[in-house]
Amino acid sequence: MVHTLAGNIGHLFVIISFISAIVAAFSYFKAEQLQNADWKHTARFSFYIHILSVFGVVAILYHIIYHNYFEYHYVWSHSSRYLPFYYKLSAFWEGQEGSFLLWIFWHVILGLVIIRTFKKWESPVMFVFSLVQAFLVSMILGVVIINLKIGSSPFLLTRDVIDAPVFDINPDFIPENGSGLNPLLQNYWMVIHPPTLFLGFAATIVPFSFAISGLWSKKITEWIKPAAPWALFAAATLGLGILMGAYWAYETLNFGGYWNWDPVENAIFVPWLVLIGGIHTMLIYKRNGAAVKTSFILIIATFLLVVYSTFLTRSGILGDSSVHSFTDLGLSGQLLLYLLVFVVLSIYLLIRNWGIIPSTEKEINTYNKEFWIFIGATLLSLSAFQVILPTSIPVINSILNNIGIETSMAPPADQVMFYTRFQIWFGIGIALLTGIGQFFWWKKLEKGKVYQEFALPIVISLVLSTLIMALSGLRDLPFLLLLSAGIFAIVSNIRTLLKLYSKNVKLSGGAVSHIGVALMLIGILYSSGLSKVISLNRSGMTYSSDLPEEVNKENILLFQDQPVEMDNYQLTYNGRRIKLDGHGGYYKKDQFNLLNNTYYLTAKEDILKGDLITVSKGDTVKYNPENTYYEVSYTSENGSSFLLYPRLQENPDMGNVVSPSIKRSALRDIYTHVTVVANEEKEWSETVEEEVKLGENFFVNDYVSTVEKFKRIDEVDGIPLEEGDIAVKAQIKIQGKTQDYFLEPIYLIRDNFAARIPDENEALGIKLTVLQIIPDKDALVLGINTSQKDYIILKAIEKPFINLLWTGTLILMIGFTIATVRRVKEIK
Amino acid sequence: MKKTHIFGIVIIAIAVMIIIITAGDASTYVTFREAIKMAEDGNNKKIHVVGQLKKDKEGNVQGLQVTEDKLSVSFLMIDNENMEQKIYFNEPMPPDLHRSEQVVVIGSFKEDIFVADKILLKCPSKYQEEEIKI
Repeated sequence: MVHTLAGNIGHLFVIISFISAIVAAFSYFKAEQLQNADWKHTARFSFYIHILSVFGVVAILYHIIYHNYFEYHYVWSHSSRYLPFYYKLSAFWEGQEGSFLLWIFWHVILGLVIIRTFKKWESPVMFVFSLVQAFLVSMILGVVIINLKIGSSPFLLTRDVIDAPVFDINPDFIPENGSGLNPLLQNYWMVIHPPTLFLGFAATIVPFSFAISGLWSKKITEWIKPAAPWALFAAATLGLGILMGAYWAYETLNFGGYWNWDPVENAIFVPWLVLIGGIHTMLIYKRNGAAVKTSFILIIATFLLVVYSTFLTRSGILGDSSVHSFTDLGLSGQLLLYLLVFVVLSIYLLIRNWGIIPSTEKEINTYNKEFWIFIGATLLSLSAFQVILPTSIPVINSILNNIGIETSMAPPADQVMFYTRFQIWFGIGIALLTGIGQFFWWKKLEKGKVYQEFALPIVISLVLSTLIMALSGLRDLPFLLLLSAGIFAIVSNIRTLLKLYSKNVKLSGGAVSHIGVALMLIGILYSSGLSKVISLNRSGMTYSSDLPEEVNKENILLFQDQPVEMDNYQLTYNGRRIKLDGHGGYYKKDQFNLLNNTYYLTAKEDILKGDLITVSKGDTVKYNPENTYYEVSYTSENGSSFLLYPRLQENPDMGNVVSPSIKRSALRDIYTHVTVVANEEKEWSETVEEEVKLGENFFVNDYVSTVEKFKRIDEVDGIPLEEGDIAVKAQIKIQGKTQDYFLEPIYLIRDNFAARIPDENEALGIKLTVLQIIPDKDALVLGINTSQKDYIILKAIEKPFINLLWTGTLILMIGFTIATVRRVKEIK
Repeated sequence: MKKTHIFGIVIIAIAVMIIIITAGDASTYVTFREAIKMAEDGNNKKIHVVGQLKKDKEGNVQGLQVTEDKLSVSFLMIDNENMEQKIYFNEPMPPDLHRSEQVVVIGSFKEDIFVADKILLKCPSKYQEEEIKI
């Protein structure tokens, strides 16, 4: 039965939430304009209705996903029957509609907090909120007015979206299963990363709304105080969300790192940089009343950049230039309108009030603490500009093409190189400024004393960085500068921290965050700048016979059981592994028989873990057929060894997806992923006949093998023999590098006809058939077929000191929290 | 002149510098004909070329060669002006290469072979599944 009711209620809630947002926006506008309490009541009532209906939409969307209502297109295209409930949460926000809904949901929660705590600011701030909500909800409205599609509803029925013949025959047809969640997203980070990121996204609206309210109600400077903790909160959650994304990419994707300067990553990173700049100028205002204009510009720009990034990632304009933009829903016009409305509105308000925004015409003085912070904010903005400009190349192309100018600009060929070349200098500048800035912030300095004060940290940092350079062989000039600047920032901030510690710990947010940032910069410097492909092959190979120029290959080929030297390790590929539901660890894939239902297997033999039988012969176990793990053992020169399990997911819809396996240690990670694996379908060679005596060694596919015994058996695969049948099973041992394998082909005589049941080991590429038995010679005639052994092609990268990045991230988050708490207390 | 103005000018100068360098460093979409001309002029900039694999009438890929060590691959690509070009890729063959509808190669000419650093593939129904399985 098609559950149309849920969808209808859901759609109704969407419409109610849209209308109530518009009513709330209008009423809040009137309430502020007329300073009228009745309008305010109406507005608040409408916003509450809006809140309830948004909750309704969320609940119903989750309901239809949870109950596998595949008659709904959203459920069918993002979820599947076999997903555990937490991945059904990921399915909720995998698509455009669901992720808009997540964003809307956070706005509603934040709006509720604002209504409850900022009574004085409620009308103007909530006006902006409601207006934004109306635009966001319109993205999932799913209403068509005279050929104009407004939004895309998550409650569309599969039969209305997809033109399949089955629906002509039976309109009530419900697909048996959904097409599933993108395998890349089946990862616990996908459960927590999007909500965090969208909370950060959503939180940027709060400082923006306060800034707009400040302009509108002529509270030109008063808005900064309540907006400051929100700006810190937004920066903390957005930063955390970005770094979770980076960590997820590091663990799951195979592009070799945590940051790829992909347009989608950049689009989120840029508003964060600008927001950090804005926070710093707000601090300047709090100290001496300056930088109000800059604060306005940066805080407003942050929100507009968030909207712009939404436009970039969801309008389809990035096209091929990004690996992870959303599917185009044909809503680019609506998104563009949304962007333009807010840009025009903000610029209009800014220009109209520009004259009354105070600006202190103080002379710039290098001994003035605000000066250094202002430079820092400027540097952050320039850095953001450098990132957003190339990211916008598809937009620039599209605009130029629309006005009739042909362009063929493409994004930079090597993104990582391109951005790093600029950003490393910004990194150096920012590291230096955090050291200097904190210094001036807490100390009143006179001209003569500055050198004295700075002498100690500079000496300490120079000694430390020289030492590290000597030890780590760092030679590149920008790298050296970044390292020294980073160490200077840490030393200088620790000094500040120590002083504050004895005075008032609550003020230490800045020093702590800056230590975090400096550690992150050093971590990035080492793990990315000095990351090294260790699967490098320098054996003087050339491109090809046509192009005799030497080239290094970055991958190595590993045949099963054949050890290969790589860097300081000996690598051996041990074979394919799978994971079983309800059993820990990895299991050998060839110990199981596949069943017709692809999610189940039966064990061919008793499987031992240590002395315990974990799976008995014939047991049926559940597993995920998409995942295969390739066990690779690393043995170092001193004999210590470890195993890695890089993974390949085969998904019929998404193609093959590769995930790395990482050996973590305090000082460096070894990051390994397969690039290509052998096809599981084998092509066997022509049969070679060989007469082999019992106990005699012979070679098959380079393996030493022996016929150990052959004996009569009474049943074949559990089926008893008929009378007059004769069956003989041969046991042949094949000596592998790490273990012995046994093949047991069977020779059967029934009604004077010989039947032969071969046995094979796919991984070794060996298939043996007993063609004939010669009892008086104790010998067999074996039919031997061989094929290529199983192999993988693998890439391994060493990433030194990556833990500094993750540690720095945690410290930065602690710093943000301390600072946010302090600024919240200031409001009260 | 006030120091504020100098500060402003410096910032604008940096921004302009960023724009100029970005424009200079941005890659371009070109055809093989243009790419060959660029290479002859001594321009080694990395470029994007869009095209398809060479296929026979039955749709079988032609001229695809994987080296013996399986670590690199070369193939024939036809660009949008129907010009054929041999591409060398110093990475193992991407598993989806032979079934791709469109290929974008990013790299530059070395003598008369195009050496790709990166290959972007557009495969049928990779991220959009619009078929109902019964």
